[in-house]
Amino acid sequence: MVRFQNVGMRYGLGPEILHDVSFELEPGSFHFLTGPSGAGKSTLLKLIYLASRPSHGLITLFDRDIALAERNELPALRRRIGVVFQEFRLLDHLSVMDNVALPLRVAGAKESDIRDNVAELLDWVGLSDHLQSRPATLSGGQKQRVAIARAVINRPHLLLADEPTGNVDDRIGIRLLYLIEELNKLGTTIIIATHNEALVSRFDHPEMHLSDGVLTIKRKSAQGMV
Amino acid sequence: MFRPRSDLPLEHDAANRFLPWLIVLIVYLAALALAGLMVLSTAASGWGRGLTDTLTVQIPPAASMASKDGVSDANSAPEARVDRALEVLRATPGVAQAKALSREELLALLEPWLGSGQFTEELSLPALIDVKLKAHSGVSLEGLAATLDAAVPGATIDDHKRWFGRLILLVRSVELIAGGIVLLVSLAAIATVIFVTRTGLAIHHDVIELLHVMGAHDAYIARQFQFQALDMGVRGGAIGFALAASTLLALGYLSARIEAMLLPSLELNASQWLALSALPFVVALISMITARVTVLRALAKLP
Repeated sequence: MVRFQNVGMRYGLGPEILHDVSFELEPGSFHFLTGPSGAGKSTLLKLIYLASRPSHGLITLFDRDIALAERNELPALRRRIGVVFQEFRLLDHLSVMDNVALPLRVAGAKESDIRDNVAELLDWVGLSDHLQSRPATLSGGQKQRVAIARAVINRPHLLLADEPTGNVDDRIGIRLLYLIEELNKLGTTIIIATHNEALVSRFDHPEMHLSDGVLTIKRKSAQGMV
Repeated sequence: MFRPRSDLPLEHDAANRFLPWLIVLIVYLAALALAGLMVLSTAASGWGRGLTDTLTVQIPPAASMASKDGVSDANSAPEARVDRALEVLRATPGVAQAKALSREELLALLEPWLGSGQFTEELSLPALIDVKLKAHSGVSLEGLAATLDAAVPGATIDDHKRWFGRLILLVRSVELIAGGIVLLVSLAAIATVIFVTRTGLAIHHDVIELLHVMGAHDAYIARQFQFQALDMGVRGGAIGFALAASTLLALGYLSARIEAMLLPSLELNASQWLALSALPFVVALISMITARVTVLRALAKLP
């Protein structure tokens, strides 16, 4: 599903953020990505969701060597990845429904299919009463659920979440993680970046720990990590 | 109007609010310059049609002419000289008609400058013969001039080329300036759209990056900018064209009421109006293509 081989990353002439990172994720696995702020978690996620190119090393995504992929092949690969951003990144000028529908529209889905799918998913995350609400009128937890709904509406093979519980209290954070765990049970590969150690300890999933750009693996059970 | 649903709130950008008004100005100026071009072209071709197949033969008054040995030509009566010239002209292949102007007609031509009365009656005037050539007659002016001079010493031919050539040069110069204005105005439209599009790209950078990460093709994002530009272009273009049309109609109305024989008619014909009415759509199309190219070039820098 995702394979990094000796991947290094630096921005311009700045210091190296990631040093020779290597790992491989099996389809359907669930991993936490932990580490202190500035350790390179967001940079690692950006490399996976193809928002950045590595300075060196090899990234293979869905069995495709990214370095060899043509630029016009990348949108199709990106559509197989759902991303939940730390600051939600919802579009304030669009309704909740239109925000969640965005990946479907980008993929060229029919409007009739979009309405049905979005309404069903928002019902699943408990926001069926807010279809036409604007994000600005929602609470932090509600915004986070909209962001998760938007990330999974396209039935991605891989879901990346950057500090999904960072802007909500622990109770809502745990509920969100259970929601994501349900998706994992349906076959979606999950990576959740967080620095909330207490939250990570409540779940029995392996941990990829980043410190000063160096990745180490902490196994809690035999799950998908090579 | 021409904008499908958009993920980007481009219509709320300050730069986008000003764009239609800039396009109003651009289309207004371009329409006036183009109309000027059309009016001049029509006038120039009209003048050309009226003058290219005509000649004027001028025969100086007999008193001013003397034979080479200093003795006046025996047949130097003005009527005889004109008759001889007419004979030569009518015998020349390619001449359709040759008609001498009467003294009354000559005086009528001079009246605007010299007035009428005793003074003009006593003037010694050259005789003029109005010659019409057959279309594509191929008459050699040098040969005809030599034959005429031999038959009627002092007779000269004016084919109006010198006067007409200067007039056409002036018209072509003004046309060139009008064409230059249209070009500059088009460049101004392109530069304005590039500026507005780049501003939009900067303002909505986060949303564009989000769409990119979701797997949007560059064309999907570019489409949102291009239809916004098309919408602005059509709206601004329509208002600019309406204002220009009002100005042109007013000028045409005024020019029809001014006696100005040499001034070209400022009224446009139906096909010219039709061509001019395409201007707002051409500007809108240029705006749309410019916006698309600008966005695609900017997006090509994303990974």
